[in-house]
Amino acid sequence: MQIYLPIAETSVDMLMLLALGTGVGFLSGLFGVGGGFLMTPLLIFIGIPPPVAVASEANSLVASSMSGILAHWRRGAVDFRMGTVLLVGGVAGSAAGVSLFKALSGVGQIDLVISLSYLVFLGAIGGLMLFESVRTTVRQRRTGRRRGKLHRHTWIHGLPLKMRFQKSRLYISVIPPLAIGAVVGMLSAIMGVGGGFIMVPAMIYLLGMPTAVVAGTSLFQILFVTANVTFLHAYENQTVDVMLALLLLLGSVVGVQFGSRYAGLLPSEHFRILLATLVLGVCAKLGYDLIARPADLFSLDLGGH
Amino acid sequence: MHVRGLFLLCLIGISLVPARPAGAAELIADISQRLVAITTGFTGADVLLFGATEGEGDVIVIVRGPESDVVVRQKERVAGIWVNAHRMTFLDVPAFYHVAGSGDLAAQRVEEILAEYEIGAEYRNIQPAEADEGIDPDTAAAFREAFIRGKERQGLYAARTWPVTFIGSRLFRTTIRFPANVPTGTYTVEVFSISDGRVASMLNTPLIVSRAGFGAAVYDFAYDYAAAYGLIAILIALMSGWMAGTLFRKV
Repeated sequence: MQIYLPIAETSVDMLMLLALGTGVGFLSGLFGVGGGFLMTPLLIFIGIPPPVAVASEANSLVASSMSGILAHWRRGAVDFRMGTVLLVGGVAGSAAGVSLFKALSGVGQIDLVISLSYLVFLGAIGGLMLFESVRTTVRQRRTGRRRGKLHRHTWIHGLPLKMRFQKSRLYISVIPPLAIGAVVGMLSAIMGVGGGFIMVPAMIYLLGMPTAVVAGTSLFQILFVTANVTFLHAYENQTVDVMLALLLLLGSVVGVQFGSRYAGLLPSEHFRILLATLVLGVCAKLGYDLIARPADLFSLDLGGH
Repeated sequence: MHVRGLFLLCLIGISLVPARPAGAAELIADISQRLVAITTGFTGADVLLFGATEGEGDVIVIVRGPESDVVVRQKERVAGIWVNAHRMTFLDVPAFYHVAGSGDLAAQRVEEILAEYEIGAEYRNIQPAEADEGIDPDTAAAFREAFIRGKERQGLYAARTWPVTFIGSRLFRTTIRFPANVPTGTYTVEVFSISDGRVASMLNTPLIVSRAGFGAAVYDFAYDYAAAYGLIAILIALMSGWMAGTLFRKV
């Protein structure tokens, strides 16, 4: 069943969009990541113009993170204080990202920057996670029991402007969360992702937050940052297609509910290996597309509307 | 755009009068619809063009879309990856170009037909703007080919000449296919009758491609009230997410 998308100015299969939304939403609920890193490349692949794909996916992420955060909130698994600090960085980063997006579109390099950003961030995060999880799993097998959590003192603990985050049982400087928030905000604006795939590992490995509050807190930040990205793309570039976003979110809000139900069923190390494999898979595909000789070296740019 | 479209629709009655060279064959033609409305369920449209010629001879139909500027970029391998390295701009090129011909003409390439009968200047004159600045003609030609190839891939330029079928010796008909991604604006439909190897008669009529219904309202709102549109988009998402979250709690 075909539907004409008014902003993307193209016709797509409605049922396929719903199925995409549900599938990606399921993974999103399962892993506590936004799912944008899968959805945005898929949308571009089915022929949605990249600027519209990025902005509309940000819009639909507002919905899936809203429905996702409700479940975490009920369980008391959201550190609002940490979330707010991350958000302050996120709003600044996303505003800068939207401006950068506009400038790059003008010189015809936005597609390349989107691909390279995916490649670098997915590759680094996926590789790091896979390495860590495999090492931990192997260690557990050898010793036969889970290693206790050690408090490691790193350079992060030497930074000023310390703040107490009770829910996360942390007393750390606000500079690292602000910086993480800003980086994630910028990626959100350029790549059409929530940024969970980079924020979740950063919260665990860099900030040392307890795994229990990581998903809920990152969703809190994602909710507001994607809302900001949606507004700025709609205002600056007119690239938010509400019809596209609505179809995606209809699928994803359903999918994310089911996904979050299965979230506790796997041991966290296995769970991370799965996520890392998924991330590396997307990364490999994008890398191949950059290296392989394109079918046509020329491309047409209609230069906006 | 809309006002201009309506104005042109009013002119259609007058514009169907053929411009007739002295002693040339009479030609009449009309299209099945003068407005292609892009609604929510739009998947493309077929418009029927039909007409009659006075004497024997072939017919050529050219449909061209509104003119706009297009940038063509060429990729080059830099440090192992393919990046856009060169660009050329095509000014005021038709967004859509469709050529149909009767008889043997349908087997010929679009460029050949246009060159042979000296018609379709808009297509034949497609050149990068940089061509005036004395760039290498081979490069300009490569970019021109790439532009046409890109347009064909989008389904907006006809890769081949479409057929015009004759019913008997005078009545003819052809289908003009507009894909789902057809650009909006004022199109021109030109009909040429050929006799003795040259254009004997020609007539033209406008055709409007316009958004309609809910999709048009969304598009206009997004551009005219961008801030409000952004806020509404967020509100819709927040409410859907909240509803889903609440709904699934009870299940």
